[in-house]
Amino acid sequence: MSLNLGNIIFKPTDQYHLNDISLNFEPGKMYTILGRTLSGKTTLLKTIAGLQTPDSGNIQFEGKDFLAIPVWERNVAMVYQQFINYPHLNVKQNIEFPLKQRKMEENLIEKEVSDAIQKVGLKGFESRKIQELSGGQQQRVALARSLAKKAKILLLDEPLVNLDYKLREGLREEFKKLFTGSESSQSIFIYASTDPLEAMQLNGDIIVIDEGKILQTGSSKEVFENPANAKVAEITNDPAMNLNIGRIENNKLILNNNIQFNLPSSLQTMSSDNYLVGIRATDLHLDNNGFDFKVDISEISGSETFLHLHNQDIKCVATIEEVKSYEVDENVKINFDLSKIYLFKESGELLYSPYQK
Amino acid sequence: MPKLYTFLKYFCVILWSCFVIAPFLWAISTSFKDFNSVTGGATYIPWLQFEPTLDGWSVLFKPGSQGGINIIGPYFNSIFVTFTASFISIALGTLAAYALSRYTFKAGFVQNNDITFFFISQRIMPPVVLSIPFFIFLSTIGLLDSLAGLILVYIVLLMPIAVWIMVDFFNRVPKEIDETALIDGCNPFQAFFKVVLPNSIPGMIVAGLFCIIFGWIDFFFAFILTFTNVQLLPVKIVALNSSITPWWSLSAAALVSVAPLIIVAFIVERFLSKGNLTGALK
Repeated sequence: MSLNLGNIIFKPTDQYHLNDISLNFEPGKMYTILGRTLSGKTTLLKTIAGLQTPDSGNIQFEGKDFLAIPVWERNVAMVYQQFINYPHLNVKQNIEFPLKQRKMEENLIEKEVSDAIQKVGLKGFESRKIQELSGGQQQRVALARSLAKKAKILLLDEPLVNLDYKLREGLREEFKKLFTGSESSQSIFIYASTDPLEAMQLNGDIIVIDEGKILQTGSSKEVFENPANAKVAEITNDPAMNLNIGRIENNKLILNNNIQFNLPSSLQTMSSDNYLVGIRATDLHLDNNGFDFKVDISEISGSETFLHLHNQDIKCVATIEEVKSYEVDENVKINFDLSKIYLFKESGELLYSPYQK
Repeated sequence: MPKLYTFLKYFCVILWSCFVIAPFLWAISTSFKDFNSVTGGATYIPWLQFEPTLDGWSVLFKPGSQGGINIIGPYFNSIFVTFTASFISIALGTLAAYALSRYTFKAGFVQNNDITFFFISQRIMPPVVLSIPFFIFLSTIGLLDSLAGLILVYIVLLMPIAVWIMVDFFNRVPKEIDETALIDGCNPFQAFFKVVLPNSIPGMIVAGLFCIIFGWIDFFFAFILTFTNVQLLPVKIVALNSSITPWWSLSAAALVSVAPLIIVAFIVERFLSKGNLTGALK
């Protein structure tokens, strides 16, 4: 029943769009492909759907060679980032389109369609034209069409990204409910996202992808606690994890000649060397005994303030748990939560995580 | 400010309407005149300023033996040739445009854009350049002076317009719609006929309108490629000319010949205001 991707390579130009992707998807689970724009998420989903043929590699689904099956016989469903529906059909006709295409019995179609409409909360909108719906409703139609198909593989390509904030929150909750429902245990859900917070909230397995290459796979907790390398730490945190070159010398962790710490006991075992020192924005705190930083930008985000700071060549972002505007070049004192420090090799691999087992 | 804007807007619209409508009124009034009322100074209002007569109109429907030109035959020839050629051009042009918009073609240095340009380049050449090749071609295959030959030539002239308009139209239709149709179980042909085509009607109507206009107003090829068997309306109307220019029957003929275009424009206008594909995307 599982979907297996083996060594998928897609290189239409001199750049890899998919670089040796091997993955295993199990039914009843939710997978989130997390990566920045142009990292290959959409290409990967399109390859699974069959809209794109990889240069090499194989895809097996339920023991069959998936690549030998054309798109229209694969029985997958896909929801796009743009709200893609059939503009010449009304809501109900849109949702029943794939079922009619499959020549399903009329009364069965009726039932599936009304189920799907119920699920996405579009009751009463059946005869509306697509153009008469709001963006959120249009995306619900696209989702209903995918759900009604009862496809074994459901691909969601950043389905919430073009919606406004409030709608996004609401629909995301509904997604979680829909994908954890009892009848969903037969299907594989693959959700592509650029938003680390969204990926964590969906709480499935996370696949971190960058430049067409898989950097790490694992549960949200695992990816959060033990990012495989510095790139993953950047992609899976918003604001990205602060990464600065530092060195350990004479029992001190030295970032530059101003910012030096006594080595915490947990790091005593690390040898004297240069490291990439990582710390999350939320682990930097305002502290009168802290180090001097100058403010580059301050952004207020909801109940928090992101401070972009620098001290000589050390740049970092701190999340302050209050709403306050800071002047550019204002001096602030910031301290690091040393128990939350990550160390990476200069080439990027994780050496030390505060959550290490 | 908004008041001034509204005033200016309507002023311009009315001015333009006068500009457009005045020649028609002029032609209608002239078509009911005779030699004396045309040459006897500017007059506009029938019965008051001149005595209306149907002579100008009756000439168009009388056979040649009674001094008329009988445009009924040529009229239907023109309608048949224009609409058939336009229909075929739209059908073929839409298919070609879809392929050019969605698939990548490559033969040496020739790519999609070059093929599109090849189509358009058919319209760049002045008709005079094409006339002799067309003449020789039609006479070789025995279709000179026939409706089929004219239709063939008109397809060559009209299809580039259709391809050009439809390529642009399809390029603005998100390809994700086709992809969704494929995912929803359509093979590529079904995706085109069940999803893309029903949403392309506005584009096809625009392309069709252009084809009909360009086909209908052609005089040059109709003049060169036909003799006596088959005649099209524009050619026949020229036969009206004699030593005295009969302005009254020329006006009547002009009105009769633009009538189909006006009717088509009024019908099409209703369709055009209905939704289009791009409206489906935010």
